Amino acid sequence: MTSPLEQKKIRIAGPSVVTANRTWDGVVIYRTAQQDWSADLSDAAIVRTSDEARALLAEAVADDVGAVGAYIAPVEVKDSGKIKPGNLREHIRSEGVTIDLPVPA
Amino acid sequence: MYAYDELDRTLINERVSEFRDQVKRRLSGELTEDEFKMLRLQNGVYLQLHAYMFRVAIPYGTLSSKQLRQLAHVARRYDRGYGHFTTRQNIQFNWIKLAELPDALADLAEVGIHAMQTSGNNTRNVTSDQWAGVAPGEVEDPRIWSELLRQYTTLHPEFSFLPRKFKFAITASDHDRAAIKVHDIGLRLHKNADGETGFEVLVGGGLGRTPFIGKTIKPFVHGHDLLSYVEAILRVYNQYGRRDNIYKARIKILVHELGIEKFAKEVEEEWLQMRDSALAIDDSVIEDIRSRFSYPAYEKLPHMPDELKKAAHDPHFEAWRKNSVAAHKVPGYSIVTLSLKPVGGPPGDATADQMDAIADLADKYSFGEIRVGHEQNLALPHVARRDLPALWKALDNIGVATPNVNLVSDIIACPGLDYCSLANARSIPIAQELTRRFANHDTANLIGRLHINISGCINACGHHHVGHIGILGVEKNGEEFYQITIGGRADEKAEVGTLIGPAVPYGEVADVIEDIVEAYLALRERPDELFIDTVKRLGVEPFRERVYATR
Amino acid sequence: MPLVKHGKITTDTFVPVADDAEIPSDGAILISAARFLDDAEALSRRFGKTGVIWPNNRDVDDLVPYLDRLAVVALAFPSFRDGRAYTQARLLRERHGFRGELRATGQVLRDQFVFMLRAGFDAFEVKKQSDAEAFATTVKHYSVFYQPTGDGRLTALHRRMQLRHSESAGQ
Repeated sequence: MTSPLEQKKIRIAGPSVVTANRTWDGVVIYRTAQQDWSADLSDAAIVRTSDEARALLAEAVADDVGAVGAYIAPVEVKDSGKIKPGNLREHIRSEGVTIDLPVPA
Repeated sequence: MYAYDELDRTLINERVSEFRDQVKRRLSGELTEDEFKMLRLQNGVYLQLHAYMFRVAIPYGTLSSKQLRQLAHVARRYDRGYGHFTTRQNIQFNWIKLAELPDALADLAEVGIHAMQTSGNNTRNVTSDQWAGVAPGEVEDPRIWSELLRQYTTLHPEFSFLPRKFKFAITASDHDRAAIKVHDIGLRLHKNADGETGFEVLVGGGLGRTPFIGKTIKPFVHGHDLLSYVEAILRVYNQYGRRDNIYKARIKILVHELGIEKFAKEVEEEWLQMRDSALAIDDSVIEDIRSRFSYPAYEKLPHMPDELKKAAHDPHFEAWRKNSVAAHKVPGYSIVTLSLKPVGGPPGDATADQMDAIADLADKYSFGEIRVGHEQNLALPHVARRDLPALWKALDNIGVATPNVNLVSDIIACPGLDYCSLANARSIPIAQELTRRFANHDTANLIGRLHINISGCINACGHHHVGHIGILGVEKNGEEFYQITIGGRADEKAEVGTLIGPAVPYGEVADVIEDIVEAYLALRERPDELFIDTVKRLGVEPFRERVYATR
Repeated sequence: MPLVKHGKITTDTFVPVADDAEIPSDGAILISAARFLDDAEALSRRFGKTGVIWPNNRDVDDLVPYLDRLAVVALAFPSFRDGRAYTQARLLRERHGFRGELRATGQVLRDQFVFMLRAGFDAFEVKKQSDAEAFATTVKHYSVFYQPTGDGRLTALHRRMQLRHSESAGQ
């Protein structure tokens, strides 16, 4: 969970997605294969090589108005094709905090 | 309570309108994120893991009931109904939308609250002792000087783009509740032999990756010279602080690299050229600020009123009174701490409903005033002792009367990986589990004063370095691990804690803490030898042995 | 890059001269600090206005002996986040009495105009055209200032003192 904001070299270890936060409201978003963003992880484009990752990230970063702080995040892809967050940090970003909120949502 | 006048309010409003325009230009694309980021930080807006976080300033930890209600309003209207009080006497909201921030700021401006410089490479909230103005034995109210410094540092044209953040803290008591020794500039207010007010100035304290205890740069700076002297320090830092590496950019690194003597010389040389300038503070200026602070019209009240005598038979009330009520400088009054560390709860959070209820209680029992402490608890600073039983019932009702202040379950924790994009590991669930393990108040009282601090990463926002027990989240192979230190303290005897051994996994932290406490109970000389003193006496070894014997 | 002076976009009459180019015998020029200091006495007395581009990581002390003969001192903001030039500007203006043009160069953005003015800058090589055009309105954003600088503005503290004195005087 070392902050991916400190990513310098782009080298992926497995299937990954590009994720960011939506500029106007901070909601977690994932880059899709349609040059777009979605708040749903299941819509995320999956990259499997470092070149693909670099390209998708560059495209995401170019959308400076719509998204903030884009980076590459690991995912797990189940046999069913379902995409799951690849580490605890991404799990928290996708599912929310691991504790009960003081005021139930 | 400092009363903002039209000038103060105008400045806040001008700032809000400037930020509104900046947000508009960001959302339209006229400003890139690279250009906007520092601007939003200067208004307290962070991008966190899954949302923006908004840090609102509570200057020197003092709030009016009206202001607290407005914080509750912001929590409800723009966030998810709660706020988090921080280790720097600020409040944070975790779910704020950038597009709505200008409105939230405008709402706060209505009651004289702002978020200026709560982040960014500038001078941050000037923190103080949460008992300022009411603690017995205090030299004088340090908040007058905090306010002077707040105004001086707000939107300072020369120092708004420093190498890194810059934090001040002021204390006016022998027992330092403001942790001045771990601040960039720490100020200890005292009087010289002629009875004149001045400050021992410490510089270069700080936590984070490289913790340092601040060093005295000048034992006595006269009150008149405070601003010019501070300006000299800031100017030397602005010019020579490192800008090539953000991990080496704080003033503590500059002081360490130059040595305190050389650094003091640089500051002195600069200061001598500008001390008799427009920054020299007239007594009339100090009086003007002092006059804007209002103090309660205290009554002449008895130390042992009937209400208190009657309530003494209630063991729950007594347990709370002995724990959470402190002596006040005015007879018949007391300082009441409101614990925001309920068993199983996230430390330092308050719901909007709680904030409203506390505001009402402040109106009824504390002359409308609330304080925020860096240990992430609140306080009502002017409570008549005769009102304690009634107040306690009301506080208990809203869940802020857990009698664990300063005890093992009064944990200071950063938000950690549940919220923060810088974190390596979670801190809140660790704190929650610890409060469950040590929920028994008799046990907690048996253990005595014990400060546990938890940070989710090396940035140390939980101040783990200066915890009696410090817990630091690290990452090992994608798993959460925690390094444990003991022997740290943040007060006038400030010290950085010592690592007791290799990091332990998430699931074992609470067990380790229990082992450390058990070791202490077995090793202490007398029941009233505090944990921190046992560690000082025996060192880390006996604790290390016991903790790692079976690990 | 538009130059803003006196609140509006103006033509820059100063020509930057590269270190290896010949210095014209007259006309307004801007040269690097290194070049200037190499031959400071002569250059500071040349016919035509001379301006020096001073780096932000060097003390201004070396320039001080020549200030009254310089038309322009240009200071640098390599990133808008690098605030060293604010200190340099204040020292030049307030401590050393520099009266020529103090020019902000580098990443000069709208959101720093007020800070720069207060620090003593009076000329701005503005990065974006739209920012340069917005200069006059931007600098009116603030009317209250807490701390004194060399800009002569009354601080809030002193305005309050004045108000109190006039109130009590009026009684």
